[in-house]
Amino acid sequence: MAEQTAVADIGADGEKADSAVVRDALGVGVAVGLSGFAFGVTSAGSGLSLLQSCALSLLVFTGASQFALVGALAAGGNPLTAAAGAFFLGVRNAFYGLRLSQVLALPRVLRPFAAQWVIDETTAVTLAQPSRRSARIGFGVTGLSLYVLWNLTTLLGALGAKAIGDTDAWGLDAAGPAVFLALLAPMLKTPVERAVAGLAVVLGLGLLPVLPAGVPVLVAALAAPAVLFLEGRRRQAPRNDALRNDAQEEDR
Amino acid sequence: MNTWIAIGATALGCYAVKLAGLLVPAGALEKPLVRRLAALLPVALLAALTAQQTFADGRALVVDARLAGVAAAAVVLVLRAPFLLVVAAAVVVTAGVRAMGG
Repeated sequence: MAEQTAVADIGADGEKADSAVVRDALGVGVAVGLSGFAFGVTSAGSGLSLLQSCALSLLVFTGASQFALVGALAAGGNPLTAAAGAFFLGVRNAFYGLRLSQVLALPRVLRPFAAQWVIDETTAVTLAQPSRRSARIGFGVTGLSLYVLWNLTTLLGALGAKAIGDTDAWGLDAAGPAVFLALLAPMLKTPVERAVAGLAVVLGLGLLPVLPAGVPVLVAALAAPAVLFLEGRRRQAPRNDALRNDAQEEDR
Repeated sequence: MNTWIAIGATALGCYAVKLAGLLVPAGALEKPLVRRLAALLPVALLAALTAQQTFADGRALVVDARLAGVAAAAVVLVLRAPFLLVVAAAVVVTAGVRAMGG
């Protein structure tokens, strides 16, 4: 039953104590899991019911998409436009899954269950492990601790928001953009990423007054292919020596 | 009802892409251009969302206490503080500026 993918075992040389893996995984799971509180508060402050806020954390379980969805709904966006923005943010998880399925080599029957935990944090912890055993422990412990805490704190946050009334007076409307900024910052590694971010900001803000709610974000997403296209054209120029072999056949 | 439609669509879509990553044979999505696009798509979305949720008031753009909060978050991020502190800084500074009438 346990069908393995064709990746060589990561090896017995780079072993890491199970307890060290668990400690690292819990550190990430607890810290990020607690920020579900900010989501619960934001979601309730955006007008979602307790049940709706909890359903999002239980069923969607990918923070950026959840914040994006409640933000778009609060702004009065069409539900499918709002869902589209949240969905596009979640697409990156497919690429995490590709890497994880090679590293974890999970039996096929387990994959539908493991899938819900394929997110930024579990991927970061799992890919940092030296062996398959520690990768599996890291994935499991991060996933479980984060899932349990994220849902618990969502519930508490949504309840708390009702108790404190005006969430804006408590500055909680700044939690959403701060979360996005914290997720974005480590991605801005090269000028290409910064150009995409800059163009997206201009599109997102510039189109906000003229397009229906939720649509400007989707248009801003086009900054990614636009910058890739321009970068591809620049690479055709002769001075592209620093670029790696993946440049070969991007014919756009 | 509209909210439940949005929640259902998002839940299905997000679960589907997570599962697809685990089930699709390696190589199917490994084209360099696809990988690059997948890495850049969240950059564009997160940047646009950060800016909008900082400056948007309905469909108008305003500068208010949120900008101070997000700026504080940026400073704390540069100092490499943990995620939770970044969010806390934004919330506390925004609330503080509002309390002072900002």
